[in-house]
Amino acid sequence: MTLIKDGFFDADELKILPGVPSEERLKKGPVVVIECAQQIPCNPCEEACLKGAIEIGESIVNLPKLNADMCSGCGLCVAACPGQAIFVVDMAYSQTEATVQLPYEFLPCPKEGEVVAGLNRAGEKVCDAKVLKVLAPKKFDRTAVIKIAVPKNLGMIVRNIQLKNSDKED
Amino acid sequence: MKEAELVIVGAGPAGLSAAIEAAKAGVKVMICDENQRAGGQLFKQIHKFFGSRAHQAGTRGIDIGQNLLNEVEKIGVDVKLDAVVWGIFSDRRVGIVHEGKNTLVKAKKILLATGAAENVLAFPGWTLAGVMGAGAIQTMVNVHRVLPGKNVLMIGSGNVGLIVSYQLMQAGAKVAAIVEAMPRIGGYAVHASKVRRAGVPILTSTTIKEAKGKEKVEKAVIIKLDDKFKQVAGSEKEFDVDVICLAVGLSPLAELAWMAGCKFTDVPELGGLLAIHNEDMETTVPGIYVAGDIAGIEEASTAIEEGRLAGIAIAESLGYINAAAAKEQKQQIYKRSDQLRDGPFGIGRRKAKEVLISRSLKQ
Repeated sequence: MTLIKDGFFDADELKILPGVPSEERLKKGPVVVIECAQQIPCNPCEEACLKGAIEIGESIVNLPKLNADMCSGCGLCVAACPGQAIFVVDMAYSQTEATVQLPYEFLPCPKEGEVVAGLNRAGEKVCDAKVLKVLAPKKFDRTAVIKIAVPKNLGMIVRNIQLKNSDKED
Repeated sequence: MKEAELVIVGAGPAGLSAAIEAAKAGVKVMICDENQRAGGQLFKQIHKFFGSRAHQAGTRGIDIGQNLLNEVEKIGVDVKLDAVVWGIFSDRRVGIVHEGKNTLVKAKKILLATGAAENVLAFPGWTLAGVMGAGAIQTMVNVHRVLPGKNVLMIGSGNVGLIVSYQLMQAGAKVAAIVEAMPRIGGYAVHASKVRRAGVPILTSTTIKEAKGKEKVEKAVIIKLDDKFKQVAGSEKEFDVDVICLAVGLSPLAELAWMAGCKFTDVPELGGLLAIHNEDMETTVPGIYVAGDIAGIEEASTAIEEGRLAGIAIAESLGYINAAAAKEQKQQIYKRSDQLRDGPFGIGRRKAKEVLISRSLKQ
């Protein structure tokens, strides 16, 4: 139970979540990964999905259940999640790379084409990541969604970024 | 003596929501707040709220606050800022110092929506400059945009500690660590994960031992706790920080309810001694109501629902809403409140509220 002790998931904790797609589905292309593990009263993701791929139901403390076959990985739910617990992962992006879309609420916002550090769930730098896209329409209400390319084996590992010049001590 | 139908003390989420519901029904409302601006703590809450659409989920606290202010203005509620309510006397007379002038107002109904005060933690060095409450830090950072320091040690991993850590980082500070005396993180895992993946360690079974510095905080010493919460000698660790932030819980601000003669009861799950209230939020003193954190430490979303409930109940008791219509509106609020008081983080609060209300029946 590293989640309640350390604040991040171990691989086994993650796998059992109803919002996390199967490995087979991940291989097929863009899909959301909902890293929501506690029954807190919250359901904006269900409403954000235009395809009805996220189900919470009458009781808003239910964990979000992903119908992964209905999900196109459009990412509308990413900025809608107040807990910033939703990511879009595309494991089929290229032969060598996967993409990750993640919510980002820090300034400065990275620019497209910029190379940033990819951080894992514990905040450790695990790779360089190239920023492919920065989405911040008004609808996202000041939560930017950053799409990055990372080495393929890190698609389910990288969950944050750090700008290269933001931390002079490193 | 001046007279008023309803005097609300505190223009936070609970007070404003009550003012809106009561005024919509026709009640003439005066709402007093000692601050220069209404909104309570909402204008410090720059993050998106949880809940469902009915609770304005996904909307940032600052925007929920602005919506409430807009509505209050539209309906035409008498909002008195810089208005300190310093006493409540027999026959519901309210002592108010407004803009330096003292007045006594006789109210038909009073709603106390005074909120909460932060708990503190005493340790060697805690009086040094730089040891601050999370609320003060939020005010500096999110309202006045002043960074209290560059390197922060956060004490407490409840939602306040986690959220304020995140907001300090957004403002450009570094959070060295979050320490938590309990063996597990107190707040929501999603909040913990956000700060964790930004590189902030969360150290459970750990507490602050000492703050060091000449005139202000220069170092913080933390220490591990064993399963009996005893400090483990030799496990100290030192951090170079200039701010130590205390986020160790809240207690209801209930002095006015004590003064008014309300009966109290201890409900630890809701923050300690609380004025007993019934399903209408009315205390044991007829005509005096409570809503929000004074009625149990919860969240802004639940405070809004309790405020609405009190506003409707007051309008009903003054004859502005008939019993059937009031009942229907109250049922909807009970339903929305139950939705928030659910799941492992909420069900304890729902049960505690039921205990609190059941004690009102015994009075």
